Parts: sequence; C-alpha cells; structure tokens
Amino acid sequence: MKAFNLAAGTLVAGMFATASAAEAPVLTVYAPDYFVSEWGPGPKIEELFEARCECDLQFKPGDLLPRVLLEGDRTEADVVIGLNTDVTKKARESGLFGPHRQDLSTLTLPLDWTDDTFLPFNYGHTAFIYNTEKLAEAPASFDALLDAPDDLRLVIQDPRSSISGLALVLWVQSVYGDEAQAAWEKLAPKIVTVTRGWSESYGLFTDGEADMVLSYTTSPAYHIIAEEDLTKKAAIFPEGHYFMVELAAKLAGTDQPELADEFLSFILSTDFQSMIATGNWSIPAALDKSGWPEGFQQLDLPEKVLFYSEDEAAALRDEAIEAWRRALSQ
Amino acid sequence: MAPRVVAIIAGLALALLTLGPVAAVLARANGLAALGAGDYQAIRFTLWQAFLSAGTSVLLAVPLARALARQNFRGRGLLISLLGAPFILPVIVAILGLLAVFGQSGILNQLLGAIGLPKLDVYGLHGVVLAHVFFNLPLATRMLLQAWLAIPDERFRLAASLGLGRWAYFIVLEWPLVVRILPGAFAIIFVICLTSFAVALTLGGGPRATTVELAIYQAMRFDFDLGRAAALGLVQLALGLGAGVAALRVSLGQGFGIGRGRVVPRWDSRGRKALDTLVILAAAAFLLVPLGMVILRGLPGLPMLSGGTLQAALHSIGVALVSTALCLLWALPLATRRGELLSLCAISVSSLVLGTGLFLMLRPFVNPFVMALPVTALVNALMALPFALRILRPEAEALTQDFGRLRATLRMTPLAWFRLVYLPRLRRPLGFAAGLTAALAMGDLGVIALFADPDRTTLPLQVYRLMGSYQMKEAAGAALLLLMLSFALFWIFDRGGRANATS
Repeated sequence: MKAFNLAAGTLVAGMFATASAAEAPVLTVYAPDYFVSEWGPGPKIEELFEARCECDLQFKPGDLLPRVLLEGDRTEADVVIGLNTDVTKKARESGLFGPHRQDLSTLTLPLDWTDDTFLPFNYGHTAFIYNTEKLAEAPASFDALLDAPDDLRLVIQDPRSSISGLALVLWVQSVYGDEAQAAWEKLAPKIVTVTRGWSESYGLFTDGEADMVLSYTTSPAYHIIAEEDLTKKAAIFPEGHYFMVELAAKLAGTDQPELADEFLSFILSTDFQSMIATGNWSIPAALDKSGWPEGFQQLDLPEKVLFYSEDEAAALRDEAIEAWRRALSQ
Repeated sequence: MAPRVVAIIAGLALALLTLGPVAAVLARANGLAALGAGDYQAIRFTLWQAFLSAGTSVLLAVPLARALARQNFRGRGLLISLLGAPFILPVIVAILGLLAVFGQSGILNQLLGAIGLPKLDVYGLHGVVLAHVFFNLPLATRMLLQAWLAIPDERFRLAASLGLGRWAYFIVLEWPLVVRILPGAFAIIFVICLTSFAVALTLGGGPRATTVELAIYQAMRFDFDLGRAAALGLVQLALGLGAGVAALRVSLGQGFGIGRGRVVPRWDSRGRKALDTLVILAAAAFLLVPLGMVILRGLPGLPMLSGGTLQAALHSIGVALVSTALCLLWALPLATRRGELLSLCAISVSSLVLGTGLFLMLRPFVNPFVMALPVTALVNALMALPFALRILRPEAEALTQDFGRLRATLRMTPLAWFRLVYLPRLRRPLGFAAGLTAALAMGDLGVIALFADPDRTTLPLQVYRLMGSYQMKEAAGAALLLLMLSFALFWIFDRGGRANATS
C-alpha cells in the first residue's frame, strides 16, 4: 500500500508540476514522437531557438496530423514540425494551416519547391541499405534488384502503416508505371517479411535477418559518424530514388504568429541547418554540400530524384498499394 | 445491498470506458463507412489466426499444466514464474527475440544447417500462430495450473484409494477441470489475438497476414477516415463479444468442493516422469530460448542506458503499481460471468479507437498532455481486467459455492466474509492476478500515441523512441531493463500470493 501511495503521489505531483506558469511567451510545437528523445533533434532545436527568441519552446510529441485534425481549430499547436508529403494534401484541405511567408531561394533541394504552406527542413531518399561485409556486390540498378537471385533477402515496411513503406510503392510506381505489379511479383520471393514500421525492419537488418533493408540514402551517415562504421552502404540505382522530405508549417489560428514566423525562419537559418544533419540523420534542406558534416559528404547519393506532387500521389496511391498487395499476397 | 451497488458501479465504469470511446469516435465520424472487399479478407484472416492461435495455446497447455502440477523438482517455482515472462514482453522486442531463434538466420536454422538439413521458413500463418502461442501458452498453462492446484488433496487421496486407472482418473478429476477452465482461457486468448497487428504482419510475412487492427491503423493514421475506423472497431468488438458469449456458455461445471487446503505429495506423479520431463523441457526450450536471446541482445546495451531511460523506468513502475491497485479494486466486485463478458469486450476494442475516443472525451475538460500517465494507468488497468477476472472468477465462484451455506448459517456480515474467508482463500489467484497486471502495465504501450507527455515518457515508449533514432543497442538494453522490471514486479506479487504454500 505504501508503494501505491508513493506512486500515486508521484503521479499527482507530476501533474501539477507542469502547471507552474512560465513568464516567457510559449511556442507550442507538435512533433513526431522520436523527435523529443534525447537522441532526436528536439532538444537541440529547443536549445538553439530559445537562445535567440526569449521564449519557451515546448514540444508536444505524438501523432502529428491525426491529433491536429482531431483538435481542429481549437488546437494548442502554433507550429508543427515533421510532416511528410503523404499528408500535405489532407493537411492543406483542412484549412488549419497558414502560409509560411519564407524566402525559398535559399533551399538546396534536388528539385524545385514552391509550396507556400509547407516548409522543408531536411530530406533524404528511399534506398536499400546493405552491409558490405555480408553482401559483396549489391544490385547496381532496380532492374538488377528485380533479377537478383531469390536468396537475396529483403525486408521492407508496409505502405499501409509506414511512410517509408508508402514511399517505396510510389518509387516502384514511378520507375515501372503500369508494370509495377509485375515488378513486385519479381521482388516478392526476395522479401523476407514486411514490418509495421521502419524500426522493426532496421532492427531485423542489424540483427542479420535480412541482407538489405528499405531505409534512406542518409542511413549510412549515422553509422559513419556515430559508430565509425563504414560497412553500411546505400545501393544507388540509375532509375532514380524517391524523394522524402520533412516539413514544418504554421497553424493559421496560432496565438503567437510572430514567434511562429520567427521559428519558421529559424528553420532555414544556418544554425538550424548545420545541426539538423546529425540531429535528425537527414540532409539539410537549405545548406550547400560544403557545409554538410564530413560523413554526409561521403554519402552515395542518386543523380536522379523521383517525386510525385501531392495530387499525383493521391491519385496513384491506392492503385500502387493494391499492386503491392496483390503481388505479395500470391 | 451494498456489494451489489459496488458491482453495478464497477460495471458501469467499465461500460463507459469501453463503449464511450467507440461512441465518441462514431459521433465525430458522422456515421459509419462501408467496409471494402479488403476489409472482409482481413476479418476472415483475423478470425482464422485467432482461432488457431487460441486453440493451439490451450491444447498444448493441458499436458504442460498437468506435468507441472504433478511433478515436483528443484527450480519448479522459478520455472513457473519464468514461463510467465513471454506474455509481458513489448511486441517489438518479442518479435526480434523470436526471429533470433526461428528466423532465416536464427539459431534453429543455424543448427539445422550445421547438420545438413534444409532451412525452415517461419514466415506465414504458422509463424503467426507460433508467435501467438509463444505469448499465450504460458497464460493458458498458468490458468490451468491454478485450477489444478486448487483441487483439494482429499480428492486425490480418494482417487488413489479407489484405485482409479488412468482413464477413470482423467474422466473423474481432469476432464471436469479442463472443461471448466479451457473455454474461458480460449476466449481470452482468442480476443487478444483478434487485436494483433505488428506480430501478425511480421511473422505472417506480408499483406497475406493483414488483420482488422492493421486496417484500423491505416484508416485512423493514414487516411484519417474515422468512419471506417469506427466500423472496423465495432466489428472487432462484435467478434470479441461473440467469442466471450460462446465460451462462457460452454464453460460449465463447478469446482471440486472444499478441502482443508493442505499441500501433500501427489501420488499420481509416479510412472509419468519421463513423459512429463519431456513436456516440461520442450516447453521450457520453446519459451525460454527466445527470452534468452532478448537478454543476450540487451546485455551490451545495459551499461549505455541514459538518465532519460532510467527516468522512464521509474514512471513505468509508478504506472504499473497504480494500474495494479485499480485493476484489483475493479476486479473483485466484477468477478461474475457478466463482469467477465464486459471485460472481454473492453480488450477487443482496438487500442487506437480507445485512445482516440478517450482523447475526444477528455479534450473538452482537461489537457490530454497532462493526463498522459493517469490515462495510461487507467487504460492499462482496463486492459488487464479480463486477465484478472479470468484468474479470480473460477476461484471466487467456487468459494461462494463451497462456503455460502456456512456464511448464511453464521450470518456473516459482508465485511467479515470478505476479510475472513474471501481474501485469505483468494490469496493465490489474487497474487497471480496482481503480478500479471503489474507486468502487463509495465509493458503495454496502450493509448500513449495521442497522450504523449514530452517530460514523462514510459519505458516501452522509450524503447520505440530509441529505435526510431538508430539507437538499436541502447533500445535492446532498455528492453532488457523493461523485461527485468516487469518480471520482478510479477514475481514479487505472484510469490506474495503463494507465500503460505510450498508450491
């Protein structure tokens, strides 16, 4: 009973701790869950921004867009960070987000970005990652991957529950078009299994259960910089790689419009951009290659980048997932 | 009558927490959406895998529980406690542990390869069943074992002095017990497997193994189609309710009457030693080797654990203790057939629907971020309730049956009955139920996705966050810490309940 009282006391005390009001204005930022761990970019963003804004930046982690949509115009959020292109259409149609009013000329993305609502802060591409010690020769093209012997073991993510999984089916769709299902049928015997999210897949890959894992072109940078491990590489395909970008946006109904604008311009600042590479293991969206950390400059990156606009993606999505499902269900 | 009022209040609270969120999602969705062809396929697969998983788990539990009941050996108590461990592993950790043994490059295939045999492919329906049996066989075994140990020793002695043969012994003593316990155990495992998602997908090898829960996830998180999510949530609820009604109708029969509650050596252990040893060894290998892999994977990460992870561990312990107290307080008045049925509905509600519904219900009144830990504790208590009831109810009902006349004769007050008979006699199941609840509440991720609190995370969430930031090693270490803490809580409560027994 004593233990129970203690635990209940801790909970109650904890509940009231947050009630103590801070004097500085508060900027509430909704972010994906991984953002706020001590290994995610959240703490560094908070530190850098609070040093320049005289405000209190508070991250609220969790399901980003579902949460904002559930809350509607009563949302507490002033800014959201960490959206992906798969949800921009839904987010835009909700009318909850306002224009970012930032100058996009400093962007260094591999494609043109003119969106006035969603502001990119880092990017990468879908890629299959392999271990050079275990797989001497990785397939040199998507075609080669399809024609590889069936004992090449791949692990991928489900397009119905994971963003990278969805990017993969759009990747296949953009490379193979009407032949997408046939491509999936060739790939199917090599796919060991499909996981719910990226973490399970990557865990299986590092455990040796698969030879190649669907991940990002930037994944090897983590191993190079944090582990001094040069054996993880992305297989680069001349057919092109699907572009994955992470975005921030301002809520139209924010009660801190100036702070929100300041935060959005901070996102494009050199401070933020030179931190985000190793903060979020992705390529900075507004920083020349010469400013990237050493490990990022070593990365193998694709020359051709594939990307569907949100309307094209929305039109193709169901068909692309269905081609995947049919081929892998046989 | 006071106890009746308490039971009604407990029941209403349960109904409100189960049906309220579904209703809230429905209200927000502006009506149900129609289901597509893919959804019906998902429903068929979900039912079939849950049926196979629950059936296999309870059938395998019979010989295992029998062997554990009649054989006494050194380390038996520890083994029984350890067998509970798979049940409390976080899903993502359990998947990696299972695949380290049964996967393409797992231990099993390495052994097979070493002796020149072809590789086994674990991915498919059989893999889904294998994983679900791994989680739930220990649960079914413990439920049976609990009942086995509650048979008064007078019955065994009578059977011995009558010289019953194996078959007669089975019919007279074991069959009634199996009929009394198994349908309920089947129902609860069936309902847990109904809401499986990540395990079914990964071990099932891909979209062939699409479950209703995955479809709900897709509708909720990707399409933001609340109407479809609510429709699928109702389907899941109906399936759970159906399974519950069917199982509790079949589950007739009564206890074995009163005894003096002593533990004496079992006469029937002789001559079965070889068979029982084989059964116990096989089960121990199946359940403990993957656990061993979780431990091996986690050891290098243990020294890396950061302050944030340890903080998360403290929060999880707090949540687990509060959940346990809540769950037991809730379970005692609800230990009836109706109460159990209600609680089965509660766990057949998708945690995504539950979380979203609670969010919609609480949002007008409080800030959901602040409520993260209290809501987690409450939902974990709710999720553990059917397990607590399944463990408590058979014993509680037998108690009323066996001692009810005595109670009436002595005109005992409800309080005296509760204090002098009920609690002392229910000590063993209460301890087991408390241990299971505490362990489940440690490991469960529940509804936290919409109620995340940046400053007060729980340990399972921390494991996911670490993995999401490439920290696979520390994540494995944190998972091992989670396993150790869950197991310690489970062991303390369970042992507490068994303190006065030698078994």
